[in-house]
Amino acid sequence: MASYPYLFLIPLLPLLSAAFYGVFGLKVHRRFGEKAVHWPAVLLPWGSFLVSAIGLVTLASLHGEHAALHQSVWSWIHIGALQVDLAFLMDPLSAVMAVVVSLVGSLIHVYSIGYMKGDRSYWRYFSYLNLFMFSMLVLVLADNFLFMFVGWEGVGLCSYLLIAFWYTDREKAAAGMKAFVVNRVGDYGFTVGLLVLFWGLLGVVGATSLNFHEVQQLVNAPGMADRLVQVGLPTAVCLLFFLGATGKSAQIPLYVWLPDAMAGPTPVSALIHAATMVTAGVYMVARVHFLFALSPTAMTVVAVVGALTALFAATIGLFQHDIKKVLAYSTVSQLGFMFMAVGVGAWWVGIFHLVTHAFFKACLFLGSGSVILGCHHEQDMRRLGGLGKLMPWTAASYLLSCFAIAGFPLFSGFFSKDEILWQTFDSATLLVPGTLLWGIGAVAALCTSFYMFRSYYLTFSGTYRGGAAQQQGTGEEAGHKMAAAKASGPDASPLGHPGQGHGHTLPRESPKNMTIVLAVLAFFAVVAGFVGLPHLWHLPNLFEHWLAPVFEAASQGLANAGYGAGVEWTLMAISVVIALAGFFLARWLYRDERNPIPRRLLEQGSPFIRGLHRVVYNKYYVDEAYQVAFVDRATGLASMLAWFDDHVVDGLVNLAGAIGRFFGRIQGAIDLYFVDGLVNLLARTFLVVGKQFRTIQTGRVQSYVYGVMAGSGLLIVILLLVV
Amino acid sequence: MDFPQYATTSHLLTWIIFTPLIGVGLILLSLAIKPIFGWSKVVTDTIARGTGLAATAVVFLLAIVLGVGYADQPGELAFVHHFVWIRQFHIEYFVGVDGLNVALILLTALIGLVAMVASLPWGGRIEEGDHPHFSKRRVPGYMALFLILETGILGTFCALDFFLFYVFWELMLLPMYFLIGVWGAPTRVEGPGWIRGGPYAAIKFFLYTLVGSVLMLLAMIMLYYASGPAVLADGTVSEHTFNILYLAQMGQAGHFASAAPILGMAFSKVIFVGLFIGFAIKVPMFPLHTWLPDAHVDAPTPISVILAGLLLKTGGYGILRFNFQILPDAAHWAAIAVAILGAISIVYAAFVCMAQTDLKKLIAYSSVSHMGFVLLGAASFTDLGMNGAMFVMIAHGIISPMLFLIAGVIYDRAHTRDINSFGGLAVKLPEYAGITGLAFMASLGLPGLAGFVGEIMVFLGAYGATQTIFKVIVGVSAFALVITASYYLWAIHRMFLGQFNQKWSGLWDMNWRERFALYPLAVLTVVLGFYPMPVLDLFRNTLGSMAASIAALNLPGL
Repeated sequence: MASYPYLFLIPLLPLLSAAFYGVFGLKVHRRFGEKAVHWPAVLLPWGSFLVSAIGLVTLASLHGEHAALHQSVWSWIHIGALQVDLAFLMDPLSAVMAVVVSLVGSLIHVYSIGYMKGDRSYWRYFSYLNLFMFSMLVLVLADNFLFMFVGWEGVGLCSYLLIAFWYTDREKAAAGMKAFVVNRVGDYGFTVGLLVLFWGLLGVVGATSLNFHEVQQLVNAPGMADRLVQVGLPTAVCLLFFLGATGKSAQIPLYVWLPDAMAGPTPVSALIHAATMVTAGVYMVARVHFLFALSPTAMTVVAVVGALTALFAATIGLFQHDIKKVLAYSTVSQLGFMFMAVGVGAWWVGIFHLVTHAFFKACLFLGSGSVILGCHHEQDMRRLGGLGKLMPWTAASYLLSCFAIAGFPLFSGFFSKDEILWQTFDSATLLVPGTLLWGIGAVAALCTSFYMFRSYYLTFSGTYRGGAAQQQGTGEEAGHKMAAAKASGPDASPLGHPGQGHGHTLPRESPKNMTIVLAVLAFFAVVAGFVGLPHLWHLPNLFEHWLAPVFEAASQGLANAGYGAGVEWTLMAISVVIALAGFFLARWLYRDERNPIPRRLLEQGSPFIRGLHRVVYNKYYVDEAYQVAFVDRATGLASMLAWFDDHVVDGLVNLAGAIGRFFGRIQGAIDLYFVDGLVNLLARTFLVVGKQFRTIQTGRVQSYVYGVMAGSGLLIVILLLVV
Repeated sequence: MDFPQYATTSHLLTWIIFTPLIGVGLILLSLAIKPIFGWSKVVTDTIARGTGLAATAVVFLLAIVLGVGYADQPGELAFVHHFVWIRQFHIEYFVGVDGLNVALILLTALIGLVAMVASLPWGGRIEEGDHPHFSKRRVPGYMALFLILETGILGTFCALDFFLFYVFWELMLLPMYFLIGVWGAPTRVEGPGWIRGGPYAAIKFFLYTLVGSVLMLLAMIMLYYASGPAVLADGTVSEHTFNILYLAQMGQAGHFASAAPILGMAFSKVIFVGLFIGFAIKVPMFPLHTWLPDAHVDAPTPISVILAGLLLKTGGYGILRFNFQILPDAAHWAAIAVAILGAISIVYAAFVCMAQTDLKKLIAYSSVSHMGFVLLGAASFTDLGMNGAMFVMIAHGIISPMLFLIAGVIYDRAHTRDINSFGGLAVKLPEYAGITGLAFMASLGLPGLAGFVGEIMVFLGAYGATQTIFKVIVGVSAFALVITASYYLWAIHRMFLGQFNQKWSGLWDMNWRERFALYPLAVLTVVLGFYPMPVLDLFRNTLGSMAASIAALNLPGL
């Protein structure tokens, strides 16, 4: 591994700006205005991109199997067997991630200048966004699990802060909280996975580490893999890690936070909840691929969960009205595709789709942001429409990205998604047939194509339905409007955002710094796929070649079903047909308001169709089920234990006190009436006797003489009697 | 047995311990000469405050000298001051610094200063509620007791003679009783037979810890009479010994494991239980924790800071120093029970936190939860676990004072701590919201902040303990990750987010006094999160060898 002393700059640059604006942002913003905030806050992430790109180039010039750049900043925790440093590693995998993250991130910083203009908390926004860049770059560049966890939790924190950015809206704040807590459930898996791995290695191999490369070396040491498999270590560790991945990457069963996360500003949704952070789980699985490769069980779980999530989320996406919700479910679904890929052992394909997805999904989200900004924070597609003429740049970039995500030939999504489906079909490593997963994926792809073009046509074609006067009537599924309006999520109402005057002038195209970013991303969404051309075309696949040093060794142990080129061509054709079918269906139904079928289906259709629609529209009521099954249970248990603590545990203490007091009273009574009573009795006796004797003391000499004589007589008698 | 002589090498530690007492003398002197010069109350109050600040600052500076000096020789015994005190009973004045106490002494000096800053009414407006603010009531008395308390805590950590330790241990108790009872919240009735308030909490604290002290006293005397012959500071031979290091030497050689049983029970186990209960009350450990919420809720802010930051640590320290060092065989025997009690504390208290509406009570229970990590880590007898336990103590010693200062900030302004009565405070108090967020994140163990380092070390260490059941215990206690995040975030949600509650439009953001107290701790939290090695270096050799020696024990009959 080559040493490269500038790696630390990649995360440090955004951190500097984050810390500065976190502390002084308010003053800078007030005194010097927005420019003073966004210039440094935008330039420093570009600096990260520059250093990452230089690193990538440097890395490309290195040869050999272990080509990687490394930098250790200082020892973090060195106790006993645990030796972890704050150290960065840039191998082909993390180099790709760092470049994509810093590029997309920096672009979105630029976009944010326009989007967040006039927000009262402008400084806070950029501080959080920079902090996110820092955390994400630490996540991808860390050279050990524990340091990666810093980034892992850090992005979760930033996600929380940014979802709840407009915190005066309690619902948005709650969405942020939900994201953090659900992610923590995943982190439980990650943490316990670390423990099992750390001590499992020590027990089996005799040495241990939390450093990625060292763990890989330990696992790959001759004969060790078999012994690890014997004790079931890879399966246990991988399943626990995967639990962590389902939290961060919004897979079943922990996907529930991501749709709610759309409460944040739209650039945040683009950067964090689509392009970068949510892919952390995919990255992590790719990072520890050498462990997954040892456990067909874990790989099967990953692939099956990915496929199911892809389909499940895609079906929910079919009927959403909120443009951001559509994109959110599409993100969940696309992440499912990535997990399918890494689940079947096609790690490079998973990362490939991650990269292409980062471009087209960022573009889609930013496009929706442009629409939302232009339409006065309207995100219900039933009140949009006809924007293609009003916002040509936005519409064009959105459409290109739709082609990419739907998998139209030669667009980036085509190459990556098609490769995923093919690799899944061809896989023979899993415990379930790859063809089955392929089928699920294909249906999900059909749904994807349909709902993406639906969102495009509802938003950009037809006529503009915005404005209060047109609220009734023209939207699709008008019969459900009242019920739906409630469930369609909060309308964005940023804190002190200007231009919110609801004047309802016609929407206008967004400012240049936003449209340029859209154009750049759309460009990448179109061309990014050419780095990973299919083998079938006999053209060089740069991406696979680039990542080969990382994944090559592990993928040799995986089995293929061995389908020939004919099958692969057929599948590719099916993919194209699927993309086209979704496109034409959506175009037919939603191109303008004239097609009455969607409305009629819901108004006059059978109760079954309406019921199905309601269930799917309400996301299968999973949120409600979780509320009952987990949240209510936990809070119930909490109040029960609090009562127990107050009344039983503390009750015993107070009881002990009360008993002590009770005995004290009894003893007091005994003391008062018995012990002291005896003393008093004695005293009283003397008193009484003394009183009686007092009568003798008459003071008359005669009576004394009588007394003396009587006493003497008595004495004489006694003496005579005794002696 | 061969006993090394621990000769006096420095008087620094004695100066550190007794500097606060000099301050007490000055305060008393000022009161005595008050009538002579005809000073008003303002003059003596100012003298008392100045003296308190000066004394704690001097202690802090001396402690820095100590820490720098000790960093060159980590793991060794240093800064020894040793002479015979009461020859008849072989009692000595013996103080010194080793890996077990060095970090805690530094922590005490720091938190003492921070709590002192928080006790001053300077540098910010203080709104009187219906009850006068603690910083303006009977100032000389408060300051004197505060300083006595600091001496007691410092002495407890420094003492290497069991009798001396006991003296300092009891010395902590009395000032604490008065500080809570007199300067704490007034008595209030919360329902029939439900009387709460400073005096109630003070008595509860006093009696509760006194029970522990009595058990400790008995255990100490029995240990003394069971100890073999040793030597005193001046080289004379003694029949028995209170010297902790000698006791540890004997214990590790199996002397107490083979001592005559008490009422048919193994000697070392009986002593272990007696000492353990005494220390566990201070930690506090479930089910001996209920004095803590009451004491915290009704104590004045700086006293809560000391209570959470330092007093609880004396319990954890005692377990390491006495239970584990002197009675390793019994520690081996009790390990699983201690770990389970630690795990129950972690999870149970976390759940109880979720149901709290009083901010201070929530933080108090969170202390119970976090101190559970100390027990869990220590009982694992692994290198990582024991170091983690110590680091959790240090991290909690920095984070929990922040939390209590934060509770104090809002109480000083709003005169309530009812979480549900706030809402949207971030609009009005952004700086306060920011620092609260940082403290809560640190407390819930966000990686990159100090709390995480200790917690992950404890988890890693405990999971690797030789007994398999530890794996289950860790699996259960790791649930606290989720619960802790839930209650902290929910508290933030209810206090700071949502629509601003206009009722609180009269509140104002942090003042300089609060910044002086909070910001150093906030910086430390971040620094130790990324760079914990300087602190770990102070004790890792000591705890590492301790863990190894206990884990390697193969004592007969156990």
